Order: sequence, then structure tokens, then C-alpha cells
Amino acid sequence: MLRTTSNHLYERCSYCAKKGHSMRLRMSNKFAKFRNWLAGDYDPLKNVLDTDETVSDSREEIKKENRKIISEVDAEGSTRRLEKAEQRGFDLVYRVIAIVSCLLLIGVLLFTVALLPRYGVENPESTTVVKRYVESGLQETGAINIVAGIILDYRAFDTLGESHVLFTALICVTILLRADSKNLRTKYEDFYTIKQVKYHDLNKDKIINRVGMILVPCIFVFGIYVLLNGQNGPGGGFSGGSVMGAGLIIGTAAFGYEKMDRFISTKTAMWITFISLAFYSFAKGYVFFTGANGLDNHIPKGIPGAILSGGLILPLDIAVGMVVACTMYGFYNLFRRGRT
Amino acid sequence: MALTDVVKIILLVLLVVCAIAVNFTKTLLQAVIVFMSYSSVMCIIWVLMESPDLAITEAAVGAGISGVLFLLTLRRIRSEDDRREEERRASGKSDKDEPGGGKFESR
Repeated sequence: MLRTTSNHLYERCSYCAKKGHSMRLRMSNKFAKFRNWLAGDYDPLKNVLDTDETVSDSREEIKKENRKIISEVDAEGSTRRLEKAEQRGFDLVYRVIAIVSCLLLIGVLLFTVALLPRYGVENPESTTVVKRYVESGLQETGAINIVAGIILDYRAFDTLGESHVLFTALICVTILLRADSKNLRTKYEDFYTIKQVKYHDLNKDKIINRVGMILVPCIFVFGIYVLLNGQNGPGGGFSGGSVMGAGLIIGTAAFGYEKMDRFISTKTAMWITFISLAFYSFAKGYVFFTGANGLDNHIPKGIPGAILSGGLILPLDIAVGMVVACTMYGFYNLFRRGRT
Repeated sequence: MALTDVVKIILLVLLVVCAIAVNFTKTLLQAVIVFMSYSSVMCIIWVLMESPDLAITEAAVGAGISGVLFLLTLRRIRSEDDRREEERRASGKSDKDEPGGGKFESR
């Protein structure tokens, strides 16, 4: 239930609304009552307790405010509406501009694609770097999966940027959609909280609950497998993390929000994301500042093919996986009810 | 022509069909479902192009999570529609009076 400062008023007034009293203050009545009160034969508390007509309904107020907001928004749209002829001209110009810009974009993209080196043809730009990766990737990174070696060792800076993009997106979504009792933007957001109760009884469905019980552990095991074997086979941080995030989402749908919140709350997810990103940044920053292979010298590479191999790749994989999983989960939670 | 080539061509045609079909769906829910099927087809194509890690990511993100997020957004829009309808009924206006009424028609 919503806890606002006017909570007491709110509850009392929802009671009034049920009874169907009119909530308007009658000014002429009021003056007469004041005179009566002075004379001593009128008790102001009596009306309040009997909820006769003096109390204005906060629910009614909320609705009125909603109506005002909606009409304001709509009026803004309609005042800016152009005259009919202008509108037709605008439509024409709009369509022409849309078609022209679309064709322009297609042309530019096709032109750019035409400039790319041909697939599989030997040309110096695309072969020198690739040769280095293929020939000495295993010795330098200790990863059998060359892709993991590239994205988490040679090109780790890119992956760091991607993780930060995800984190920034999560922050933006949080700013837009977060609506708890501390920062309600408008009063009508309690509308959603009332509705959500009805919408979110998925976990009471027995089929979904049972299927979730069977599926979620399997999904988690698969996600962890993909995550930990990033340096040995296909997979890695992003894939494993997204699989685990999907598992968290299915868990929330199957077992209900409260249970998953006890397992991992949105705040915990944010903290895990932050700590993983900080770890990634510090580890990679250390490597950047001490030269290309600085930290790798201290961390044993291990036998290629084992889980504990690849030097820094495995911890970085885990960090990226945590970021992705927790970001997906946070997205889902924020989109699900618009509340944390 | 090998069998994989035939499968590849069928999948690529299906991909283009899905991409175009998103534009011609009647409701947003259909658009989301077609989009998710596009991602599933893309996932199989990634496997055929020998990049299974991308296939895993595509299946989890494209067909799974982004679809779920779209559906949640649709539900939010729907509850917004419900709210507007309630407001309209309360103020005694019909749908046509409201500029932009039924703009987010998702049913």
C-alpha cells in the first residue's frame, strides 16, 4: 500500500468514497455552521467522524489531478495543432523528407559496405593482426578460445566500455522508472500499485511454478558452465551472464517477486554490478598502466583447457557475466512494476 | 547444392520476411512476437555461421530478455490505456473527444 504523508486522510477517504458521499465543501453552509458553533449547538468533530460532507476525498483529488494533467498534456498537443491546410502541407513535406532521408541512409550504408575489404580475400589490413592473434594468441593469453582471448585480453578496453554502457543504461532506466514511496512523481502512480496486484499472480499458477522449479536450476547450471568455460570454448562473460539473467527473470516470473527479492534484491544487484565493474576497471587499468602484459606475469596461466587457466581472463569473464546478469535482472524488475 | 545451403537460404529468406513483417503487423503484441521469431531465426543462422557464443547470446537476449522487456512495456502502456479509459468514463467523454486517444492501441 502506498505510504504518503496523507496516508491517514487517504484511508479514511477511501471509506467515504465507498459510502458515496459528496465531498464538496459548501461555503454557505460553512458560515452558518461557524455561527452555530459560536452559539454552541454545533460540534465540528461530529461531521468529521460521521464523514458527512466536510472532508474532501483525496482519491477524488487524485483523480481530478490526473484529469488535469491529462487535459494539460492533450491541450498542449491540440493548441499546437496546425490548421488543416497547413497540416496537409506538413504531411506532404514530412513524407518527402522521410523518404529522402531513408534513401540517403540506405545509400550511405551501402556505400560504406562497398568500401569494406572483401570477405576472405588476402589484404594486408585484415591479415597481419589476425595472423598475430591466431599464431601467438594461445601463448600470450593462455586461452584456447581465441575470441575470448581477443575480447578480454587484447581488446579488453572495448569490453570495459560495453559493460559501462550497460551500467549507464541501467542507471538511466532506474532514474526514469524508479518510483518508490520516497520519490513519487505524481500521485496517480498509486494507480499502478493497485493494478499490479491483479496482474502479478503468475506465481500462483501451478504449471508455471513447477516448470520454473525444474527449469531455473538447469538454466543457472548452464549459465555458470558457459561463464566459466569462456576461455576454453564458445561462450564467455556476456553469453553466460545473459543466460543467468534470463534464469533470474524466469525465477521472478515463476516464484514471485518477494521470494526472488529475498534471494537477490535490486539493490544487491546494483551493488554486484558496481563491484564487478570496479574490479574490472582496476584490474584492466593496472594492466594498461604497467604495460601490455603487466598483470599477466603475476597470475599463472595454468594448463590450457582447464577451468583455472587463461590468467586474468576468467576473473574478467566472471565480472562481465555478473554485470550482464544483474543488469538484465534490474531491467526486468524496473520494467515489471516501475517500482523498486 | 548441399542441404545446409538450402537450409541457409530458407533461413535467410525467413529473416527478411520477418524483418518486413514487423512493419505490417496490426497490433504491437504481434510485432513483438515477430521480432522474437526474427531473433530465433538469427540464432540458428549464427550457429550455421559457426559462432555458437553469439548464438547463445542472441537466444538469451534477442529472443528472451528484450522480448520480455517489450511485453512488460506493452503491459504498462495497456494499464496507461486503462487509466485513460477510466478517466474518460469518469469525465463522461467519448473516445473521439480526446486528441491522441487510442494512439497506443495495443489490443
